[in-house]
Parts: sequence; structure tokens; C-alpha cells
Amino acid sequence: MLMTIVVELKDQPGQLLKALEPISRLGGNIVSVYHQRDKITPLKRIPVEITIQIDERKVEDLIEAIRRNGVIIRSYNEVRLTATTSLLLIGHIIHTDLGDTINRIDSTGFAEVVDMHISMPQLNQPSTAMITISATNEENLKKAIDILKKTCREKDITVIEPLELQ
Amino acid sequence: MIKIAIFGFGAVGQGVAEVLLKKREALRRLIGDFRVVAVTDSKGGIADEKGIDLSKALEIKRRRKHLPEGITTLDVINSLDFDVCIEVTVTNIENGEPGLTHIKECLKRGINVITSNKGPLVVAYRELADLAYRKDARLMFEATVGGAMPIIKLVRNDLAGNEIYAIKGILNGTCNYILSRMEKEKLTYDQILAEAKELGIAEADPTYDVEGIDAAAKLVIIANSLMGMDVKFEDVERVGITNITPEAFEVAMDKGYTIRLIAEVDKVEGILRVSPRLIPIQHPLAISGTLNAALIKTDLAGDVVVVGKGAGSKETASAIISDLIELYRCRA
Ligand SMILES: NC(=O)c1ccc[n+]([C@@H]2O[C@H](COP(=O)([O-])OP(=O)(O)OC[C@H]3O[C@@H](n4cnc5c(N)ncnc54)[C@H](OP(=O)(O)O)[C@@H]3O)[C@@H](O)[C@H]2O)c1
Repeated sequence: MLMTIVVELKDQPGQLLKALEPISRLGGNIVSVYHQRDKITPLKRIPVEITIQIDERKVEDLIEAIRRNGVIIRSYNEVRLTATTSLLLIGHIIHTDLGDTINRIDSTGFAEVVDMHISMPQLNQPSTAMITISATNEENLKKAIDILKKTCREKDITVIEPLELQ
Repeated sequence: MIKIAIFGFGAVGQGVAEVLLKKREALRRLIGDFRVVAVTDSKGGIADEKGIDLSKALEIKRRRKHLPEGITTLDVINSLDFDVCIEVTVTNIENGEPGLTHIKECLKRGINVITSNKGPLVVAYRELADLAYRKDARLMFEATVGGAMPIIKLVRNDLAGNEIYAIKGILNGTCNYILSRMEKEKLTYDQILAEAKELGIAEADPTYDVEGIDAAAKLVIIANSLMGMDVKFEDVERVGITNITPEAFEVAMDKGYTIRLIAEVDKVEGILRVSPRLIPIQHPLAISGTLNAALIKTDLAGDVVVVGKGAGSKETASAIISDLIELYRCRA
């Protein structure tokens, strides 16, 4: 799932690493790191918003691990994905690095591939997949679709968009 | 007396001639007296200011394949006196010719133009509309989009006063036939294309239809003439239907969708494209066979949907005749 964690870091070298290290150790992906320098706390700590993609079941361990590293966690939330749509892909989906195709959406930090239904192709025939993407809002959903279209153009995959985003 | 010249005497030109003959009396009551003073094809023509015999022209064309040589369309425009030209020559979306010159020369002389030819309008809609305005002539082109399906006059007359936000439509009957057959029969694109060719629904070289070129040309006409835009053919994002597989329909059906080639112009979102799209099966655009359809999104009237036959010589003649009546009805 996609989540944001806001930590407070002392303005010293090496602090950020303490917050980030458990994320990669637990198999999470860092989507973005945003230093809120304009919101420095009275104790001169800098709030840093970290957006990550991680297995839902590892969230508790992660929070625990970051705290154990001596980092103050101000808040953490799942990013709610409210806009969803399905698209059809036709082409050599699997041979063109499906993982990469999905990752280009998941790494945006505002959208993710939430479902994928692939119809298994005959040998060397193009396959078909129904891919469902969710995003934080409709605007970002459109951005994610544009990324998917661009990726698929590179990979010579035909994208069939829905008539309307519902 | 309305004097009519017909340029182009193929399926559509002949279809118009037949309707003019068959409905002569009914038309007279609507628009007053009229006569056809010229018909031309690529090789020649027949012209007479006092009126030509249309049934004889049809017979000659059918028997000898061509009209008598010795006269060209430009000769007719330069030397004959007539009020309205029906321009139904071959489509050429690269440079609009020969239709573009025919239409310009007529408008320059204040002659009204009715056309089914997309080429000139795709290449030079704005120029032609301005020219018509300056010369106090009218340019009518219902037949260029959607065949018998009403859309141009529907938007201009019946939806007058509305702002058109977006139009999404099925503007190519050949593609719609192929896709709806693939949906039903679960056969491959190539199998259905072969069937469509055999039935005369697809051309021997189907590129123009299946690559979305025809639909894109119509979309450009719609955007420029009905939505006040100024776009070119190259501005259309275009994906054809040749990659669609039977499995794609199966996967789509599982989620309650079918696939159709949709031409879409959206002023608000800045969209101008022709591409295959997922359509909910109960949606009004989920039509089958060679039909055309359009969903028009307006500010006052909300959504309006039209469906109709997108091609055929009689059907296209219907759109041309309705333009003729629109031009001259008040005189009757
Ligand atoms: N058929 C439809 O269902 C349909 C629907 C909507 C729009 N349209 C459009 O309507 C137009 C006519 O279609 P169609 O099906 O009738 O095509 P068609 O059967 O190919 O006829 C085209 C006609 O144009 C003539 N022509 C070519 N160059 C000419 C010139 N310089 N002067 C005079 N005539 C010339 C041809 O002469 P020859 O006979 O000597 O070759 C032929 O008679 C096309 O632009 C088409 O895109 C057609």
C-alpha cells in the first residue's frame, strides 16, 4: 500500500538515513522524500514527509523499527486512493517487463496498480490484460494513465482506455 | 428556378441523381422549381443550361462507365450559370483536390456548395467558411460526417444556442462492423476483415478505415465546424483497430465492457483523438453493425445521442438532399 510518514529530524548529517534504512530493509519502496524546511519546529527539528510503497502487513514493524532508530514519528497514514479505472492492454505485455510497466505507475506516489487480470497468450501471440489503476484523485489518475500510455507506446503495447473515467 | 450542378458521378453522385428523379414532385413542393444543368465525372460530363436529362446521364454512366469526354468540371464552373453545386468527387485528405478547387471556385462566384467530400473541409475548413461568408454563399456538408446520421444541422439548428463541450462518436461504419462482429463471433481481426471485404463493407485496401484516418478526418470537421476550434488532421491522436484481438473482447466482457473505435473531441479537457475504447455494454455508443453514433455534450440540453446509417449511396444522398432543402426551403 501507499503511505506517508512524517518524521522530525535533527538538522545533522545522517539523520535521514536512520528513517529510510528500515524501509528498504523491510522491502518497501521510497516514492518521495520531502523536507518541510518552512515548518521547522521550535526545537529546530525539520519535518520530513516520506511517501512509500510497502506491504500492508509490514507497516507496524516499520514504524517500530524507525522509532528504535531514535527517529520521532509525527504521523503516518495510508494514502487514500479515491479514483479508479480499468484499462485494457494488448501486446507482448509479459515479454516487455511487466514489472517495470507496473512500477512506473506505483513509483509515482499518487497512483498504483491495484488489480491485473491477464489472459494467457498462446506462444508468441500478443496477450491481453485488464489493468486497474487507483490514484489519489481524478487529476492524478489522468496523469497515471498518461504515464501508462507513454510506457506502452515505448513497448508497442496497445492501450484501450475507458470511454469515461468513472 | 434553382440550377444544380453535380460534380462527381460515383455512388453518391448517382444516388443523388436518383433521389432527384424519384422525389421530383415532393422536392418541388419544398424548394420550388429546380433543374440539373450539369453532371461531371473524372473524364467528362454533360451540361446544358436548359437542363439535362438525368435518367439518360445515369444510363450513359452505367453503360459506358464514363460520361462523354470534352468537358471538365472547371469548364462547367467557368462557363455555366448555376446556383448550387453538389460536390461529390473523390476524397483526398492530403490536399483536398480536386474538390477543394471546385468548392473554392464555386464559392468565389457566390454559388452555394453542398458536399459529401471530407477532403476540402479537412484541409481548409476555415478558409472555405470565410470565403463563403465573404461571398454571401453557403457551404453545406451534412454528408461529410456520419452519412445519414444527422449531426451538423442537428447541432447548428436544433441545438443552436448550446455550447458544445464534447462530442464522442462512432464515425466509421467499417470499423464498427469489424469490432461488433469480433465481439459476437470471437474470430480474429483478419477473419472478420476478410468477411467485411467480401460483403463490400471494407475496401480492398482498408487502411483508410481501420487505421482511423476516415474517423479522424470527420473529427476534424466536427471540431472546426461545430465547436469553433481550428485543428488540423495531424493534431488528431490516432490509434486504429488492427491490434484488437478476440481475447481482448473476452477480457473486456468479463468486466461488462465492449470495445469500439471512438472519435472524441473535448474542448474542456483538450482531447482530440481516435482510438479503441472500453464501452460499458449498456452504453448508447455500444452499437453494432455498420451504424454510426454520436454523443453530444452540451451546456443547456445536456447529453444528446444520435444513431444512424453512416454510409451508402442512398443514405448519403439523404444528407445531401436535406442540405438542399435547408438552403432553398424558404423560396417555396
Ligand atoms: N459512399 C458513401 O457511402 C459516402 C458516404 C459519405 C461521404 N462520401 C464521400 O462522398 C464522395 C463520393 O463518394 P462515392 O462513394 O460516390 O465515391 P466514388 O464512387 O469513388 O465516386 C467519386 C466520383 O468522383 C469523380 N471524380 C474524380 N475526379 C473528378 C473531377 N476532377 N471532376 C469530377 N468528378 C471527379 C469520379 O469520376 P469517375 O466516375 O470518372 O471515376 C467518381 O464519379 C467521396 O468524397 C466520399 O468520401 C461517400
